[in-house]
Amino acid sequence: MNQTSNDLIMAQLSGVDKQFDLRHTRSIKEYVVWWLTGRKGQLTENFKALDALSLTIHQGESVALLGFNGSGKSTTLKLVSGVMLPDAGSVAVRGRIAGLIEVGAGMHPDLTGRENVFLNGAILGMTQEQIDERFDSIVEFSGIEKFIDTEVKFYSSGMYMRLAFSVAVHSEPDIFLVDEVLAVGDEPFQRKCIAKMRELRDAGQTLVVVSHDLELIKSICHRGIVLEHGKVVHDSEIGEAVDFLRSSMPD
Amino acid sequence: MASSDVELADEPLRPPGHSIGLLALPRWRFLLQLLVKKELRVRYRGSALGMLWSYVKPAVQLLVYYIAMGRFLRLGDSIPSYVVYLFSGMVMINFFNEILSNTTRSIIFNAALVGKIYLPRELFPVSSVWVAFVHVVPQIVVLIIGALLFGWRPGLLSLLGGVMALLIICAFALGIGLAFAAFNVFFRDAENLIELLMMVAIWLSPVFYQWHMVADAFPAWLFTIYQLNPLAMAVELSHYCFWMPTNGVLTGGADAASLMPPHWVLGVAVSSFIALATLVLGQLIFHRLEGKFAQEL
Repeated sequence: MNQTSNDLIMAQLSGVDKQFDLRHTRSIKEYVVWWLTGRKGQLTENFKALDALSLTIHQGESVALLGFNGSGKSTTLKLVSGVMLPDAGSVAVRGRIAGLIEVGAGMHPDLTGRENVFLNGAILGMTQEQIDERFDSIVEFSGIEKFIDTEVKFYSSGMYMRLAFSVAVHSEPDIFLVDEVLAVGDEPFQRKCIAKMRELRDAGQTLVVVSHDLELIKSICHRGIVLEHGKVVHDSEIGEAVDFLRSSMPD
Repeated sequence: MASSDVELADEPLRPPGHSIGLLALPRWRFLLQLLVKKELRVRYRGSALGMLWSYVKPAVQLLVYYIAMGRFLRLGDSIPSYVVYLFSGMVMINFFNEILSNTTRSIIFNAALVGKIYLPRELFPVSSVWVAFVHVVPQIVVLIIGALLFGWRPGLLSLLGGVMALLIICAFALGIGLAFAAFNVFFRDAENLIELLMMVAIWLSPVFYQWHMVADAFPAWLFTIYQLNPLAMAVELSHYCFWMPTNGVLTGGADAASLMPPHWVLGVAVSSFIALATLVLGQLIFHRLEGKFAQEL
């Protein structure tokens, strides 16, 4: 398989709205008072993260979601992964979705590196056999063989992230989501990560990446989608999309 | 990649973030097992005695209650093998409380995961049930040893009664736990409500006293309601299993059923149904609210 995308739709968002409450009410008392006083006014302020957003991602595409803070990139990823549900519109996906949404979300400091590989792998949807089979390769990629039976709480933050990244890139999902965590660890490991991402892309892995590092993202993705206030304002080849985003930067 | 292209093309597009709840869990056995192991490890980190605590705590609890209830209040005079009577009830209530407190906090405790990666969220409450089960096993072992010292000779029906008791508690507690785990995401008050329920649970069931004391004090309709509460029935079944077949409880060739409350077989059926209905309701509430977990945490 080569890098050209085919027509199989992997993820489709149509007319998706997503709102967030900015101020949370945490006690039943406040809620009851609000309810008894005639439910006047909004208990919370709303923020519209996605506004009638539509986009389609095909198999084998490597897509970068670009935009400034608060433009809705991470929310889009969360909707694709299913962590959040849309308020309106529809989201549809195909196959198994996994990724690096936050390095180490599935790791636990009181477990050893080895146990964390299994826990994290299972969380990303791998079976026991798959993890057994890829275990050596995961450890080798992370480069922390010596510490694999040490509890993760004794790891440096770099080691911690290397292990998490290594598990994620070995999980081989049908759609791979990456949020802001491409470059982890020291310079040599960063280069290794980027090379691995390119390798996945060239093997036909469907990728959706969010990052503020525009040069980095240019070297990994083929397609760039620029979001602004929860809407798609630009969708093209990555170089052009990055130029578009740069040109819209306020001076 | 993971699935070949042909297979993938055959798969339909589906909305992400939807699961069939508890019914989806058999597929996630491996992760469930790892989550249980993790929870046990975390619970006993830096503890020298480790799992031994799950023997020490109930043993102390039993001793205190036995002295206070059995000796000071002289309940032991009218109930033969009172220690076994007391402990067989306490084990069930401990199991109930353990499930309830673990499940209610399970979503909050796993906030980092719930908010970042989609998994059937029922995994967390259900792993809490397994953790509770791991803790109840040593208590049952102690209970059996204690009962054997009092000449325990269970029949097949007694054992079946014991298993039923555990299943009723499991379903009932998980049902309440699922609902409150979801409420807890929105209002932390849920934890306090559950603590209140845990405090009351031991008195809502015939752990210290006997059912006929309730029947004597309550009008018939109130006693019926009391009997239908799955906790009371599970504790009664536990007595049926562990206490009745011990020395001196059944005299003159009486049958174990003669010590049970009136219509108890029907009672078991109805309270099992209530426990199952609670589980279904808890699952529905959980399912209804889980869509908003990620943004509330």
